[in-house]
Amino acid sequence: MALARWQPFEWIVASRFLREGRLQTLFIIAGVAIGVAVIVFMSALLEGLQGNFVRRVLTASPHIQLLPPKEAVRVLHGSASGLADSTLHADQLQAPLQRLKSIDQWQAVLAQLRAMPDVRDASPMVSGSTLILRGSTSRSLSVQGVDSESYERIVNLAEKIVQGHSRLGATDVLIGTELAADLGVSVGDKLNISAATGASNTFQIAGILDLGNKGANQRTGYLALHSAQSLLGYPGGVTSIEVTVRDVYAAELIAQRITARTGVQADSWIKTNAQFFSAVQSQQTANTAIRFFVGLSVAFGIASVLIVSVVQRSKEIGILRAMGISRGQIMRVFLLQGGVLGLSGAALGSAIGAGALQLWLNYARNADGTPMFSVSLSPSLFLTALGLATLTGLLAALAPALRAARLDPVVAIRG
Amino acid sequence: MVQLRQVRKSFNVGEPTEVEVLHGIDLSLSAGQFCAVMGPSGSGKSTLLNIVGLLDRPTQGLLSIGTEETTHLDDQALTRLRGRSIGFVFQYHHLIGAFSALENVMLPMLGLAGFPNAGMQARAEALIESVGLSRWKDSPADRLSGGQQQRVAVARALAMQPALLLADEPTGNLDTKSADAVFELLREVNRVHGTAVLFVTHNPALAARCDKTIEVVDGQVV
Repeated sequence: MALARWQPFEWIVASRFLREGRLQTLFIIAGVAIGVAVIVFMSALLEGLQGNFVRRVLTASPHIQLLPPKEAVRVLHGSASGLADSTLHADQLQAPLQRLKSIDQWQAVLAQLRAMPDVRDASPMVSGSTLILRGSTSRSLSVQGVDSESYERIVNLAEKIVQGHSRLGATDVLIGTELAADLGVSVGDKLNISAATGASNTFQIAGILDLGNKGANQRTGYLALHSAQSLLGYPGGVTSIEVTVRDVYAAELIAQRITARTGVQADSWIKTNAQFFSAVQSQQTANTAIRFFVGLSVAFGIASVLIVSVVQRSKEIGILRAMGISRGQIMRVFLLQGGVLGLSGAALGSAIGAGALQLWLNYARNADGTPMFSVSLSPSLFLTALGLATLTGLLAALAPALRAARLDPVVAIRG
Repeated sequence: MVQLRQVRKSFNVGEPTEVEVLHGIDLSLSAGQFCAVMGPSGSGKSTLLNIVGLLDRPTQGLLSIGTEETTHLDDQALTRLRGRSIGFVFQYHHLIGAFSALENVMLPMLGLAGFPNAGMQARAEALIESVGLSRWKDSPADRLSGGQQQRVAVARALAMQPALLLADEPTGNLDTKSADAVFELLREVNRVHGTAVLFVTHNPALAARCDKTIEVVDGQVV
């Protein structure tokens, strides 16, 4: 067989050595493939699961919510209090009633938020409790008054519309599917909505939404910002500012930065869903640990095979050195073998992992036949697996390669 | 061609088990000379050959190959000099089983050049033909007979047109007919290419057919 002109010496020798011990080579490639398949499968599955959870949590929620400060107890000190000293204990304080307040200078805060590079968009909101009256039926409704244009970039209401449209005029209201079914209404019907302030108004149903959550679909409605400000008694004010950020997992850090910059309390979805997020993090930690140990076993597998190969081929190494092959060339021969084993195993393992994912997607379905959640097989996952496995192979081959390069040719040939 | 002056070689230097194997060897080999090296087992013949072949360093003394004094050279320089100037034929041929007969002959040239080329292949084919193995050039090396493998080893040793060929009992593992054929091949190489040959053997009949015989006994040339 002619040697191809483009192949360097080290590649020719490395590939021939691997081919000569083909059973050994196939076994180690299979071992690497299994490890990589596990990593690819688990990573894609967990990413899909987490993505699904996050999407469900954030389906109708902002990443960060800015809120007005809470009412705090103001303690009066001094002899007039009749106490021996001015120290009061927590059980002697009564928590104040939290009055609904507007965010001070919210327009300036909004502008500051929109100027932050981490923030994708921000939108003002007025929210409060109301009552819907239709004929003899009444239902409670949590009204969210929004600026349609900017709010669409926070929560895409247009995507959730099942009937009608999501544009909000002064007398328009959007309600959830469950509430619409409860009241027996549809697009075009009118609802009387009244607030605790005593104000009330009649609104026309412009659209019916599926917010992805039965509770939200029963209790949530949307009005135009100005209409909600009038109804809820916040002329010119807002009860919160809703924010979306570029990196949803960095929301808590960004919230802290917002508070530091604006002085306004900022709650991230991570803080609000601390338990869920903690579960997500634990899953990620476990996944990372599994990947690390799988990677370690792959590395040790490659290293042990190559160490054995160096021992088996010590005479050949001695002969190569005798004919003028340098230590560096010998080292590269074994490093290349490690790289090839890693890369080949990763390519095969990625294919197996993708196949296993496809099988899982075909069989893991909800009772209605829809997929449990979407799993994306991103090219970056495979490229990362290929790159890391090749690097692992090279690193694993380092010790055997050094050993081969340092062999005394006299000792090696003598055997 | 080869000059040794007061070359000594000790193993385990500085340790309680230190042992001197070569005791002040003076030896010179002229270009084109075919020299036999004889001596009892353990006399230091192989150690001498390893030092001349730049596979090992003398503990003391000077070694010159051609015009190059080798004592001060580092490992990389010694490897390069060895690859260009010295060919080896061992008792057990030691072909690389993963390659064919032709590819084994190409290996020294490939190692130096880095990439295969047409000239390398042509030279290897010519060498394979010169040892009478053209028909088996594409056979895997480990499928050839002992005598055939030794002939391929001779061809491989000549790949870089070395000025010096070191043969460490190349016929020791062959039957009489094959041994004779290999010896004649080495003699022809010496005659046609002017390659100096240092030929270690236990066979006095073969030694008698060389230009010169050196006897090594207890680490000294007698």
